[in-house]
Amino acid sequence: MSAVIDNHTHDHHGPKKGFMRWILTTNHKDIGAMYLWFSFAMFFVGGAFALVIRSELFQPGLQMVEPEFFNQMTTMHGLIMVFGAVMPAFVGLANWLIPVMIGAPDMALPRLNNWSFWLLPFSFAILLSSLFMEGGGANYGWTFYAPLSTTYAPPSVTFFIFAMHLMGVSSIMGSINIIATIFNMRAPGMTLMKMPMFVWSWLITSYLLVAVIPVLAGVITMMLMDINFGTSFFDAAGGGDPVLFQHVFWFFGHPEVYIMILPAFGIVSHIIPAFARKTLFGYSSMVYATSSIAFLSFIVWAHHMFTVGIPLVGELFFMYATMLIAVPTGVKVFNWVTTMFRGSMTFETPMLFAIAFVVLFTIGGFSGLMLAVAPADFQYHDTYFVVAHFHYVLVPGAIFAIFAAMYYWLPKMTGNMYPEWLGKLHFWLSFVGMNLTFFPMHFIGLAGMPRRIPDYNMQFADFNMVASVGAFAFGITQLIFLAVVVITIRGGKKAEAKSWEGADGLEWSLPSPAPYHSFSTPPEVK
Amino acid sequence: MAGSYYVPEQSSLPIAATIAASIMMLGAGTWVVDLNAGNVYSNGSTIFAVGLAAVLAVMWFWFSTVIKEHQAGMNSAQLQKSYVWGMGWFIFSEVMFFAAFFGALFYVRTFSVPWLAGEGDKGVTNMLWTGFENTWPLMQTPAQALAESTGVITADHVKGPDQVIPWSGLPLINTLLLLSSSVTVHFAHVGLKNGNDKAMTRWLGATIILGFVFVGFQAEEYVLAYTQLGLTLESGVYGATFFMLTGFHGLHVCIGAIMLSIMWLRHRRGHFKPHDHFGFEAASWYWHFVDVVWVGLFLFVYIL
Repeated sequence: MSAVIDNHTHDHHGPKKGFMRWILTTNHKDIGAMYLWFSFAMFFVGGAFALVIRSELFQPGLQMVEPEFFNQMTTMHGLIMVFGAVMPAFVGLANWLIPVMIGAPDMALPRLNNWSFWLLPFSFAILLSSLFMEGGGANYGWTFYAPLSTTYAPPSVTFFIFAMHLMGVSSIMGSINIIATIFNMRAPGMTLMKMPMFVWSWLITSYLLVAVIPVLAGVITMMLMDINFGTSFFDAAGGGDPVLFQHVFWFFGHPEVYIMILPAFGIVSHIIPAFARKTLFGYSSMVYATSSIAFLSFIVWAHHMFTVGIPLVGELFFMYATMLIAVPTGVKVFNWVTTMFRGSMTFETPMLFAIAFVVLFTIGGFSGLMLAVAPADFQYHDTYFVVAHFHYVLVPGAIFAIFAAMYYWLPKMTGNMYPEWLGKLHFWLSFVGMNLTFFPMHFIGLAGMPRRIPDYNMQFADFNMVASVGAFAFGITQLIFLAVVVITIRGGKKAEAKSWEGADGLEWSLPSPAPYHSFSTPPEVK
Repeated sequence: MAGSYYVPEQSSLPIAATIAASIMMLGAGTWVVDLNAGNVYSNGSTIFAVGLAAVLAVMWFWFSTVIKEHQAGMNSAQLQKSYVWGMGWFIFSEVMFFAAFFGALFYVRTFSVPWLAGEGDKGVTNMLWTGFENTWPLMQTPAQALAESTGVITADHVKGPDQVIPWSGLPLINTLLLLSSSVTVHFAHVGLKNGNDKAMTRWLGATIILGFVFVGFQAEEYVLAYTQLGLTLESGVYGATFFMLTGFHGLHVCIGAIMLSIMWLRHRRGHFKPHDHFGFEAASWYWHFVDVVWVGLFLFVYIL
């Protein structure tokens, strides 16, 4: 144990050399960077699957893939984007940013942090390998409803379950680490109500994760037992109920949706004030709104199940509870807009993504409100309207916020400014491509096109063609972002410590790039 | 305290833990799939065993590293607080895991079984399962009722249990055992805090014995259920909820008892001081958690 005794000299070390640095590292910036790269890789894999879907849907009829394979693509696209791209990207940002934002030397439990990361590539290797197994990979939708995922599932479902267990361990350990960091590692003087919004949003997100990922573990364990050991949780013949699956799944699934958006709220709450050169309007109301959204997320799950056959009382309760979420969300949108009001705004790439976030996320929020109306949902359910809705909250919501965060903090991470024109090009092409892809889906959804089906009626052909063109444009555009990141890492204009004129927060008091060990002595926060 | 937070330089423990856990999960998957496909030449169980052994070995090295660091005085008060937060929220996540199974039990009892029997809002489902009645514990499954009243045997014919486990037998004894073990572990803690090593050794020893006796009785109950009562994993949703809840609880008792045993050995080696014994405290928190879950089980699985 001699290696661990030198607790006074390590502050002066830089990173180790070579490949093993990344495997053995306990440094929050290394681990954060690995999370971000992993997420980026998964973004391309999941995106490739989405393009298979859009290729098939370019025209009516079956031309590209077998329906069985189409099902695997929709399923894998969803699973990979949710668990492999969006969640790890936010965890990566949390790892990189939370310690520097709260003035901590590192995450509270650095070795656990490394474990949380490395579980992910392994679990996704198992998940992706199921595509090559006998009977094919996961083909039951990312929501893996029983009995599609039990009675009628391919044998590879067992590997899917174990891969999900590994991912779950990673998420739980990661979020416990974040909670411990935020509560235990803040610089003296940084009270809870002085914490940056990104830290607040991640504190609340971590609670959601610790509360619901074990429920996911529970429901996939019930699946495992039903499939392999003859239990009848989801089988009416034995007194169980397939709807039970949906209840337990969505008790996890709905908070999961907020796990993918609350950190985005936090990011946008940093970027809009910075480029409006004003402080965030209504900081404490932002904190309370985020907490309220998190609380409400636990009591709205059955709005995903309006058409499955739940009692009328349930429909009403879940309808009204869901509509309530619009209130705290409205508070947040109001605050962002008011922050910009009469600000001296400039429109660098992070700000463009952040403003697009506010506008487009609000569109997704409104279509969500439409879906929350139980009687109307009977028309919208399982149509492309739902696909349009959740892609509007996830693509220009979660993913645009991640882009915004990368552009905003990339100077701090790399020490270099990214090429602004390339960033703007990335933004505008993404903006156009994304809207081209998903806006028509509102129309074809309202007209009745069902989701997850590889063929469709002639009447939907035009809009589908537009959506497919948009999807390829959006997909190819992301290579620009890859180029931006690589170019910025390799060089470019040197970034100042405070890379943006209006930037505020402890991270900007560190030099750019931030030193390997950030705050070995905690700064005083006034 | 400035600058004193210990950040380990590099560590091979996490990657070892990842590889071990992945081998274990791959082995488990292969094992289960082969079992289900009737493949007798499966090496899944071997892979699983190797993975499990590796996981245990990594845990051993990881915990001993942390203990050695602590003994070397590298863990500041602030770092120890991180462990406290970590353990607390880990237990909370375990609570939520059990909540999923309790939720399933409540849902089945309150909604799905009455509906299948024609009661309540969605009672119309009964037309698929003529003759099925709402009873709990569920002795006759919908498939059985249908077969009896119409002669139709469904593809997934599920047979209910022959008898129910009475709460007044082994479960009551087990409740008393586990409740008293929560008291004894508290006495051990008090002894430790007062510097009374003997009290700690004895009361903790008693706790561990109570824990393992509980597991023994639980095993006996399972044997009874399978051999005499016809209550199995496959006997409808009653068997499913019963075995999943008690099974995962039993597993957690085993883990808790092993944790306490290690704490007993650590105490014998003089690892704990009256004001510095979070390893033991964490294990005892875990033990109390396992105890509280059992109280819920005893109430909702056995009595009500």
